[in-house]
Amino acid sequence: MSDRTMDTVKQLSVRLASGEVSAVELAQDYLAKIQAANPALNAFVELNEAQTLIEARAADALRAAGQAGPLTGVPIAHKDIFCQTGWHARCGSKMLENFAAPYDAGLIERARAAGLVTLGRTNMDEFAMGSTNESSHYGVVHNPWQLDAVPGGSSGGSAAAVAAGIAPAASGTDTGGSIRQPAAFCGITGIKPTYGIVSRWGMIAYASSLDQGGPMAHTAEDCALLLNAFAGFDTRDATSLERAPEDYTRALDAPLAGLRIGVPKEFFGEGMSDDVRAAVEAALATFRTLGATTVEVSLPRSGYAVPAYYVIAPAEASSNLNRFDGVRYGYRAPEYRDLNDMYAKTRAQGFGEEVKRRILIGTYVLSHGYYDAYYLQAQRVRRLIADDYRAAFRDCDLILGPTTPTVAYGIGDKADDPLSMYLGDIYTTSVNLAGLPGMSIPCGFGAGGLPAGLPIGLQIVGNYFDEARMLGAAHRFQQATDWHLRTPPGKPT
Amino acid sequence: MSLTDPQVRHIAKLARIELADGQFERTRDALDSMLGLIEQLQAIDTTGVEPMAHATDLVLRLRDDAISETDHRSAFQAVAPAVENGLYLVPRVIE
Repeated sequence: MSDRTMDTVKQLSVRLASGEVSAVELAQDYLAKIQAANPALNAFVELNEAQTLIEARAADALRAAGQAGPLTGVPIAHKDIFCQTGWHARCGSKMLENFAAPYDAGLIERARAAGLVTLGRTNMDEFAMGSTNESSHYGVVHNPWQLDAVPGGSSGGSAAAVAAGIAPAASGTDTGGSIRQPAAFCGITGIKPTYGIVSRWGMIAYASSLDQGGPMAHTAEDCALLLNAFAGFDTRDATSLERAPEDYTRALDAPLAGLRIGVPKEFFGEGMSDDVRAAVEAALATFRTLGATTVEVSLPRSGYAVPAYYVIAPAEASSNLNRFDGVRYGYRAPEYRDLNDMYAKTRAQGFGEEVKRRILIGTYVLSHGYYDAYYLQAQRVRRLIADDYRAAFRDCDLILGPTTPTVAYGIGDKADDPLSMYLGDIYTTSVNLAGLPGMSIPCGFGAGGLPAGLPIGLQIVGNYFDEARMLGAAHRFQQATDWHLRTPPGKPT
Repeated sequence: MSLTDPQVRHIAKLARIELADGQFERTRDALDSMLGLIEQLQAIDTTGVEPMAHATDLVLRLRDDAISETDHRSAFQAVAPAVENGLYLVPRVIE
């Protein structure tokens, strides 16, 4: 662990506090690593050294004034979905190629207040719609474990940057798995908190009733530290929850004796690959040796989560993305006949194929004559899925299973078959539909990749507001295993 | 179930997205395959189930009726494609 590219947020925090390194030195160190590695990864879509160093100098000044917190001076990469002054917010889209937000998102404000230093903006699927990062207008992201494999999505740039050691941490967003699935594919740790914990203000909306921001890093401990910074009530987000602040690190060292782990039988069925099954079962065995008990639970309607998601998310997207009309911001088509033609051409040219598909299907399910059959039916199924989780949590404290049915696949493998890509979100979408917190931690390696294979993620789902317990269980697992410390082969140092 | 060509054109019109001729069939086929996926929902009996519109049982908050924002017009219009004298410019809609 002397390899500095594997430094955790916690380790950097200690080194900054001791004066061993300054925020400016750390930022320059990481910017050099990014310069070296990013051409092969395409994880970052915007770098701005001057801006990064302004933030780093401010962090050093805070420390000199005795006002530093635990994260002051720690570098972070931000997903290109968060509005942030001084940077573009392109959201993976041609539509926002020239857009630089005139204000900070709630998460960005909190990151700034904690003294986190922005390294740059990370690549993502266009408007967060995708599971491979292939829908980005700014090019595909390459998985650091195997460059011709996808990093997952939509927070693929954030996951790849952390996995490659060119950022110690990153922000992400998760609508149907967009933090957890790339975390699994890239072998890092990421948590999607309970809906309403992290402000959605200034986070460019995809599906508002499902979208939630959260941290991505190497360890559960780092995610807990970062969640302490990100979480909090925001009056500007109508769905932000007004709750007393909590310390998400408080249960990191809680013993696992007596912890009841629910294992949903539906998550181990058809479609799950053998390598993922073996790694997840081995992880469950580790939890048992640490003192937890496992019990089979059932989520009988979870198989309907993907179809329900592909009604609800596109419906909300079709409404949210109406704002991109070529009038107030973003792209405008160069030639048009009249106002309606300007809208239609602007949106045809500014949006990519996947985004257009989702807007169109969302428009259809909301249209007259189909609203009840599709949209309301999906919302009813959503309640049944949430009810299944409520019932399961009567018998257990946490629910564990795979994050994804397989390890990362090749770039281009599912490009012509979006449906098979959608079905890869089979274990993650139900968590968003229910509004529950979910995380992914590394738990092994599977087929593909060299020499060890591609990473496998273990999903931990908690009850509402139970992030501290989830992070504690994950931390104990990471004390007993070293999957999260493995680094990709040939990683630039 | 599959969509007819007029249905696809109608949806695209509602969504204000021009479908070029070269993309039409590919788009229609993609929408059909998505419909095939979401058709599965019809198999579930949801009689008496209240639709769930939000992830949490939210009550909308009210704030004091007080001015909280300052004027950001020039900052907001700096990112607009076309403005003049503080107004957004669009093609003529009234002859």
